[in-house]
Amino acid sequence: MNDQTPTSIERAEKLQGMGCKRKRVEDVRFVQGRGNYVDDLKLPGMLYGDFTRSPHAHARIKNIDTSKATALPGVIAVLTAETLKTVNLAWMPTLAGDVQMVLADGKVLFQNQEVAFVIAEDRYVAADAAELVEVEYEPLPVVIDPMKAMSPGAPVVREDIKDKPTGAHGKRKHYNHIFSWQAGDKAASDAAFEKADVTIKELIVYPRCHPCPLETCQCVASFDKTKGELTLWGTFQAPHVIRTVGSLISKIPEHKIHVIAPDIGGGFGNKVGAYSGYICAIVASIVTGRPVKWVEDRIENLSTTAFARDFHMMTEIAATKDGKVTGLRCYTIADHGAFDACANATKWPAGLFSIITGSYDFPAAHVLVDGVYTNKAPGGVAYRCSFRVTEAAYCIERAMDIMAQKLKMDPAEFRMKNLIRREQFPYKSVMGWEYDSGDYHTAMQKAMESVNYKKLREEQKAKQEAFKRGETRELMGIGVAFFTEIVGAGPSRACDILGIAMFDSAEIRIHPTGTGICRLGTKSQGQGHETTYAQIIATELGLPADNIVVEEGNTDTAPYGLGTYGSRSTPVSGAATAMACRKIKAKAQMIAAYQLEVHDDDLEWDVDRFRVKGNPERFKTMTELAWAAYNNVPPGMEPGLEAVNYYDPPNFTFPFGAYICVVDVDVDTGSTKIRRFYALDDCGTRINPMIIEGQIHGGLTEAFGIAMGQEIRYDEAGNVMTASLMDYFLPTAVETPKWEVDFTTTPSPHHPIGAKGVGESPNVGGVPCFSNAVNDAFAFLGSTHIQMPHDQWRTWAAADKLGLHA
Amino acid sequence: MIPGSFAYHRPQSVQEAVGLLATLGEDARLLAGGHSLIPMMKLRLAAPEHLVDLGGIGDIRGIRQDGGDIVIGAMTTQHELIASDLLAAKLPILRETSLVIADPQVRYVGTLGGNIANGDPGNDMPAVMMCLGATYQVVGKAGERRIPARQFYQGAYATALGAGEIVTAVRIPAPPAGHGYAYEKLKRKIGDYATAAAAVVLTMSGGKVATCSIGLTNVADTPLWAENAAKILAGSALDAATVKKAVAAAEAITSPASDNRGPAHYRTKMAGVMLTRALARAKARAA
Amino acid sequence: MPKFQVSLKVNGKAIEALVEPRMLLIHFLREQLNLTGPHIGCDTSHCGACTVDLNGKSVKSCTVFAVQANGAEVMTIEGVAAADGTLHALQEGFREMHGLQCGFCTPGMITRAYRLLQENPNPTEEEIRFGIAGNLCRCTGYQNIVKAIQYAAAKLAGVPFQEAAE
Repeated sequence: MNDQTPTSIERAEKLQGMGCKRKRVEDVRFVQGRGNYVDDLKLPGMLYGDFTRSPHAHARIKNIDTSKATALPGVIAVLTAETLKTVNLAWMPTLAGDVQMVLADGKVLFQNQEVAFVIAEDRYVAADAAELVEVEYEPLPVVIDPMKAMSPGAPVVREDIKDKPTGAHGKRKHYNHIFSWQAGDKAASDAAFEKADVTIKELIVYPRCHPCPLETCQCVASFDKTKGELTLWGTFQAPHVIRTVGSLISKIPEHKIHVIAPDIGGGFGNKVGAYSGYICAIVASIVTGRPVKWVEDRIENLSTTAFARDFHMMTEIAATKDGKVTGLRCYTIADHGAFDACANATKWPAGLFSIITGSYDFPAAHVLVDGVYTNKAPGGVAYRCSFRVTEAAYCIERAMDIMAQKLKMDPAEFRMKNLIRREQFPYKSVMGWEYDSGDYHTAMQKAMESVNYKKLREEQKAKQEAFKRGETRELMGIGVAFFTEIVGAGPSRACDILGIAMFDSAEIRIHPTGTGICRLGTKSQGQGHETTYAQIIATELGLPADNIVVEEGNTDTAPYGLGTYGSRSTPVSGAATAMACRKIKAKAQMIAAYQLEVHDDDLEWDVDRFRVKGNPERFKTMTELAWAAYNNVPPGMEPGLEAVNYYDPPNFTFPFGAYICVVDVDVDTGSTKIRRFYALDDCGTRINPMIIEGQIHGGLTEAFGIAMGQEIRYDEAGNVMTASLMDYFLPTAVETPKWEVDFTTTPSPHHPIGAKGVGESPNVGGVPCFSNAVNDAFAFLGSTHIQMPHDQWRTWAAADKLGLHA
Repeated sequence: MIPGSFAYHRPQSVQEAVGLLATLGEDARLLAGGHSLIPMMKLRLAAPEHLVDLGGIGDIRGIRQDGGDIVIGAMTTQHELIASDLLAAKLPILRETSLVIADPQVRYVGTLGGNIANGDPGNDMPAVMMCLGATYQVVGKAGERRIPARQFYQGAYATALGAGEIVTAVRIPAPPAGHGYAYEKLKRKIGDYATAAAAVVLTMSGGKVATCSIGLTNVADTPLWAENAAKILAGSALDAATVKKAVAAAEAITSPASDNRGPAHYRTKMAGVMLTRALARAKARAA
Repeated sequence: MPKFQVSLKVNGKAIEALVEPRMLLIHFLREQLNLTGPHIGCDTSHCGACTVDLNGKSVKSCTVFAVQANGAEVMTIEGVAAADGTLHALQEGFREMHGLQCGFCTPGMITRAYRLLQENPNPTEEEIRFGIAGNLCRCTGYQNIVKAIQYAAAKLAGVPFQEAAE
C-alpha cells in the first residue's frame, strides 16, 4: 500500500458524508440577504392582488358593489364569486374530498373569509381598493362550539351540502357532521373496561393553534396567452401536487403548468394546500394577461390559512391495580372549520390518530373521531403534526400521567412498566401499525439518568413540603413524555393524496468531472435539504458532498414528489436518494471491472473507490469512473451516469424519544419558568447531527409556544381574538428556554440508510412534556388535568380553584 | 399592512408645529416616534389626513437638571432614557421602566412624549409619571401651560391635551437621594403591554414609610394614581397586614378590561401582586 | 397627495427618490431599491424581520415612513459584508453555529446583532437574548443564534471562541 494514500477515515472525512456536521450550503445566500423568496420576485408588468374580507363569521351576502373599487385609478379589475363562476372556479376541491369557496358565494362562513379580489398596479392601490368594495351582509347565527355543532337545531353551516346524507368519508349523521372514523376493536376495549381494576376518564383538549411561519403564504401567477401556459411561483411545500390540482381545476393541461417553489420562509404545514389567493391570482393573470402577485399579511395568515389541532378528546385508560394498562378508548370531536380542507391522505380523515396507543403495549384500544363543521377557518392538519400524531401523542401522554396519578405511581415508573419491550419489535399495535424498531427502555433509562430523575423527585417532595409550610409560593413540576410517532407517509397501499400515491423521488446525474446534480420531489422550507441529501450521496457514491448540487421545487425539472411535510423527506426521498445512488454505483462497478479487467465480484467498495479484493493498489475512484462513464464504457453499455428512483416505502417509520422537563410555577401570578428541558430523540441513522439539533431546538420552541400560550381563540360571535402577533404567542429569545439535546440510534430495518426522520418529533413530544410538567406541579394537591395553553391567567385560575390564594 | 394616504409636514420648530396643527385642525396627527401611531395607521384604525412630524425639531429632546427638577424633552427616546447617567443617578425608576417597554428596536425610536401623551392605557410611563408627580409642559396657540400628570388622563385615548397642543417636555421633581423605587410589570412576553404593573416610589425613615406614591398601569381605561393605598402605607413598616390593606385599596380602584391577558378579576389581583412585589423591592432599595 | 423628495444614503450609496409620504421604508428598500434582504413577517411591528440600521439605531423599517428617513444613513443586510465581499464575523458565525434554517428572519437578525455588538461588544448570554428580543425566529429556537453572536463577538474582539459546554 502506498503510504501516501490517505486512510479510509481521512477520505471519509473529506467527503462530508452522513454523520458529519456539514455546514449548510443554503446559508451562504441567506446570511447575505440573497435568498430568493416569492415576494422578492419582480416581473415586468406585474400586478398586485388583495382581498376584501368578511367581518362576520356567518352571514348572507345581500349585495357586493365593486364600482368604487373599480373606479380607483390604478385598479385593473375586481373578481367576485360571480366572476369566478364564469370559469367554474368559484369553488375548488379540497385535499379532504370536500369543496371550498374560493370567493364567498352567497354566504360567508368564517370571519375574514375572502369575498372579493382586487387587482391593481401596485400593492398600495390594491390595499385602498380592497377597502372600497362595499358588501351588504345579513348576519346569521353562528356555530362556534364544536361540542354543540351537532345539536338539534344548530345553525346550518353548509347549506350547499345540508341535505347530503354522505360525504367523502361515508355517512353523515347531522348537517354539520363531516365524517365518522374509527380504528381498533370496540368490543375488546369495552370488555377490558368492564373488568378493569382502575380506570380514568378525562376530556383532553388540544386547542386550535397555528403554525405561523415567519413568511406568510404568497404567489406570483403568470399566464402566457401566446403559449397558453401558466407559470406559478409560490410558497408550496408540495409543488407537484399544486401543479396537478391546478391542472384538474383550471383545465390547463398539466404539461403547460410550471410550478416553482423558490426559497420558502418556513412552512410547518401551513403551505401544503391550495388557498384562494393562489386561485384568484391565476384567474387574475389569465384575465389581465399580466403576472399577478398575491402576498397575504399576518392577520390574514393567522385567521384564514391552515390552522392546526382543535381536537376534543374524551379519553379513558383501563389498568390493573399494579399498573399494567389493559385498554384505551377515545372519542374525539374534531373541529374542522367551515370547509374540510384538512391535508390528510385520502383514506385517513383523522390522519394517523390511531398511533394513540403510543409507546405502550395496549392489548385493546378503540378510537372514534367525528369531524364537524363550524364557522371558523378551514384546515386542521399542520404545525409539525405528522397527520394528527401530535394530537394522539398529547392525548396518550397526558392520559398516562392521569392514570399514574390515580395509581399513585411515579409517571416515569408507570411508563417503564408499560413501554413496548425491545424484544417485541417489530411490534404490531392493536391499531394495526407495525413499529419497525425501537429500544424504549434504554432511551428512558438514559434520559432519567441524564437528568438525575430520582434527585429531581426528591427535590420536588421537599419543595412541596416547604409550600405546605408557607415557606415558598413556587411549585416545582417534572414533566415526562415518551412518544412514538409515525412518519414518512407513506406506503402506496395506505397513503394517497387525491389519488396520487405518496411515494417520493430522487434523480441524480453525475457529470464527466465527477460532480453532479440531484433533484427531488420534496421541498425544503428550512430543513437544509441542499446540504443533507448531498451527504447521503457523498457516503453512497464516495463523491464529496460539495460536489453535488441539490435542487427542489421546480416541477419541470424535479421528478414527481408529494412534497415535504409529515417528516417524510428523509424516510421517502432520502430512501429514493440512496436507491438511485445504488443504481449508479452498480453501473460504476461494472465500468470499474471493465477498466481494471476483473470480474464485478472481484471488486470491493472502499469509501470513494472500487478496489480489487486482495490487491488494493488497483482501484478506480468514483470520480475517475464518472469520466469513464462518458467515454469508456463496456461494449453494449449506455454512456452516462445517472439514475432516478421513485420510492414507495414499505412501511412508515417510527421515531421516538424521551423528554423530561422541570418547571417552577409562581402560584401568585401563574407564571411558569422552564428550569430545564432535556430531549432524547431516536431518529435512526443521523445524517447531519448539527441539523438534527437545529430541528429539535426549533420544534421544542414551537412546542413551548403551543403548550404555554398559543391559541387561535374565537368569541361567541365567531370573532377571532388572536389574529395578530400582539396576542398570538410567539416566544422571543428571552422566554425561550435552553434546550439539552441527546440521542440514541435505532436504525430502521426497512429504510435503505436506516433513517427515520426527525423534524416533527420535538413538537410531538414537547407539548405533552410541558403540559405534563405544569400539571405535575399541581398534582400533589389533587389536580388531575389542567387544559392547555398554560398561560399565566389559566395557571393562576387552576391555583385559585385549588384554594391556593386564600 | 398599508396605511391610507396623508400629507406630510416636517416643521423645524415647536411654533411652526403649533401653527400647522391650528391650520390643519382635526385631520392632523402628530408623529413622534411613530411606533404607536404607525401600527394603527397600517391597520387603518387611524387614518389622519395630515401627519406633522416632530422629528426635525431639535430643542424638544434631551435630559437636564433644573433646580430640584429633572426636565426631559418630549422627543427623548426610551433608549436615551436608559443611557442617561443623570437619570440613573437621580431617577432610576425611569430606566427600570424603559427596559420593560417593548423591545430594543422600538426603544430606539419610541419617545417619552409619545408614551405619555397618547392616552393609551397600556403605556407604562403614564403611571410612573403620576407616581412621581410629574408635570407636562404643553404648548399651543394660546401659549404655554403645565398640566400635572395626575390630572392629565381622562379616559382611553382621552387626555387634558387641548386641540392643537403639543407636549414639549416632562418636568419631574427629583425624589430625595436614597429613595426606594420599583416598577413591577407582569406581562406575557417581552414587548407585551402590562397584564398589570405597579410603580412605587417611597422614602423610609427610622424603618417606617415617610413618603409613598403608587401608580398602576393598564388596569383601568386610564393609568391610576393609587392615593388611598399610599396613604394607608404612610407611617407603617410595610408589614404584611398593612400591605394587605393597601393592596385591597389599590385593587378597589381598578377596572381592567378582560382580554387575552386574562379576565378582569385576574388582572385586578395581579395589580395587587405587582404592588406587593414593587413595595418589597422599593423597600429593599431605600436607604 | 403630493410626493416627497428624499435624499438618503443606503449601504453607503447616495439615493435620491420621489416617494408617497405613506410609503413605508421597508417597501421603499425592497421595491424601489431592490434590496430584498429585509423581509416582512407581520403587520404589528412585532417580528423584526424588517430590521435595518438607521443612523446607528436598530429600527423596524416597517414602522417608519421613507420620508422620515430623509437625510439618514441606512444599512441593510446587503451592507453588512465588507466592500470586497468578505463576510462579516456575524455572517460567518451564523453559518458556523447553524444560526439559521429557513433564512427569513436572518437579515433582520444579523442587522440587529450588528448594532447589538456595537452597543455591547462582549454581551452575556442573557444580554444577547434581551438584545434580540425584537427579532422573532420560528425555526431555530434561538439557541444557535445566541452561539452565532457569541462567535462573532469573540472574532471581532480577536479572542478564541469557546462554545459553552451543554
